[in-house]
Amino acid sequence: MGKTLAEKVWDEHVVRSTQGEPDLLYIDLHLIHEVTSPQAFDGLRLAGRKVRRPDLTLATEDHNVPTVDWDKPIADPVSKTQVDTLRRNAEEFGVRLHPLGDVEQGIVHVVGPQLGLTQPGMTIVCGDSHTSTHGAFGAIAFGIGTSEVEHVLATQTLPQAKPKTMAVTVNGSLPDGVTAKDLVLTLIAHTGTGGGQGYIVEYRGQAIEELSMEGRMTVCNMSIEWGAKAGMIAPDETTFAYIEGKPEAPKGADWDAAVQHWKSLRTDDDAVFDAEIVLDAAEMTPFVTWGTNPGQGVPLGATVPDPDDFEDATDRTATENALEYMGLTAGTPMREIKVDTVFVGSCTNGRIEDLRLAAEVIEGHQVAEGTRLLVVPGSVRVRMQAEAEGLDKVFLAAGAEWRGAGCSMCLGMNPDQLTPGERSASTSNRNFEGRQGKGGRTHLVSVPVAAATAVRGTLSSPADLVPATV
Amino acid sequence: MDKFTTHTGVGVPLRRSNVDTDQIIPAVYLKRVTRTGFEDGLFAAWRNDPEFVLNQDVYAEGTVLVAGPDFGTGSSREHAVWALQNYGFKVVLSARFADIFRGNSGKAGLLAAQTDEKVIQRLWTYLEDNPGGEITVDLESKTVRTADGSVEDSFDIDDYTRWRLLEGLDDIGITLGHEADIASYETTRPSWKPATQHV
Repeated sequence: MGKTLAEKVWDEHVVRSTQGEPDLLYIDLHLIHEVTSPQAFDGLRLAGRKVRRPDLTLATEDHNVPTVDWDKPIADPVSKTQVDTLRRNAEEFGVRLHPLGDVEQGIVHVVGPQLGLTQPGMTIVCGDSHTSTHGAFGAIAFGIGTSEVEHVLATQTLPQAKPKTMAVTVNGSLPDGVTAKDLVLTLIAHTGTGGGQGYIVEYRGQAIEELSMEGRMTVCNMSIEWGAKAGMIAPDETTFAYIEGKPEAPKGADWDAAVQHWKSLRTDDDAVFDAEIVLDAAEMTPFVTWGTNPGQGVPLGATVPDPDDFEDATDRTATENALEYMGLTAGTPMREIKVDTVFVGSCTNGRIEDLRLAAEVIEGHQVAEGTRLLVVPGSVRVRMQAEAEGLDKVFLAAGAEWRGAGCSMCLGMNPDQLTPGERSASTSNRNFEGRQGKGGRTHLVSVPVAAATAVRGTLSSPADLVPATV
Repeated sequence: MDKFTTHTGVGVPLRRSNVDTDQIIPAVYLKRVTRTGFEDGLFAAWRNDPEFVLNQDVYAEGTVLVAGPDFGTGSSREHAVWALQNYGFKVVLSARFADIFRGNSGKAGLLAAQTDEKVIQRLWTYLEDNPGGEITVDLESKTVRTADGSVEDSFDIDDYTRWRLLEGLDDIGITLGHEADIASYETTRPSWKPATQHV
């Protein structure tokens, strides 16, 4: 019997396999940031251990960093301590770090791919659940906790039980104006937040093959939001073209050898998945969330659901709780929901293609009165590229805020936060209670929906906009 | 890590599904660089509500959390496990755990015991009829039992994690015992694999 893509990559990384024990898996790349690493380095110090492979380790500062005044010392003393701790640890243990102010700084999941460090067939881990992003290249990539961060630092391996595999096949093509984000939000509403638990998922089918690398990263990024261990996409010409020429990509004969191997990383025709989901891209529309987990979403053209629509008692209670927290009434058309803040950014939608899409929608329009729009590039490189293309001028002319690189308003950890009761349309990945700031209310949306919402002040798609007078 | 064999303590009913790690501890509390002191952030938003279960005196000594399905979803923050432990919890019972939370619990020594949803419902009923009632969780026999014996059932945990918890073993120490295997594997890695530092 043939193997799935996940099984091929897994098997290539097994250091040791014994009956009754998890496999010991070799880790090709370990990404680090300031929040989940301090206690891991402390553990090494206490045990007198070293970092086994600093040359397979990369650190960046993203969660805590401010996106304004980033050339000044961090104002919050506790955040500053955490960032300073990472700097000290990187120096002491010989880890490459891209700190705030460095041209390669940014969100860890934007930095890895843009440096060319993320490549097909690798195993990649990070103390961050959105590590699944890197699966877009055909890598097995997943988030780990701090104890595991310490384990990887010390041994460059992780004991891991081999997950089951699942195929998510998306047939057909996405209609115009419908993005990878809408695709994955549709999927999560279909599966619920636990539907992927215990599986490495392979996304496949025409709609997936037609996605750019940025779109593929958006889909894989949100694998964790339906509970999957990891999400991956078989590498193809789109993948190779993206990687070629990146700073850490293989060169010359190494490139040829790498590509030759990468081409073998496809699920065999006779391989069997443990589960399969089939979706039709042609039926998809802009999709937005109404609730407090990423599975609580509906098409933009729908209305806020009624708790009585749900047969299951747990779902009913969860819906009641969510509507109360979100301050929504069942039956309200989603398009009538007024939004205070629009956030374009994060490891889900903070790459150059996302900013281009946002600029395209917003050009010639103004941000609605009473609404603010934050545009936050995922990395300094993305910011520089956007400025080279004049996108910053489009945003500023529309009345948006053009920020520095970081996780920003995706999570309430740095100064970019919602205030209690404030409502956002956000291109990020989580609408949990308080995720974007205590009491904040989040609607997850695609980039075009975010941009159109900023213009109209209510949840909208670009089709709702009166053509701009440029 | 301390050995875990059996634990008896006050059960706390948390009648919520999809308790994500942002609810267990919001990001703003993650800035400490130690493994202790996270109890202040535990369920921080919900603790503003006087009706919240942890604000009731009878549960002040709670050590066994009985939660709805899909507990620990979302962010990988191990701080969620530490916050529960720092507060005093030794065990969380749920019908389904998110993978990363379950893994983190096993590493940090918090027992994440998975049991049937019907058992959770019966435990909730028992705890609400007997506020402050105790629950015994026996890792050796993989059973959960209320003090009055009205609920007695089994729970699931993978054999390897169970063994490590029972023995109180240091994971990294075990892996370093396989150093030769790791070194041998490293000699087989293709030269074109990327590196973050170039000598």
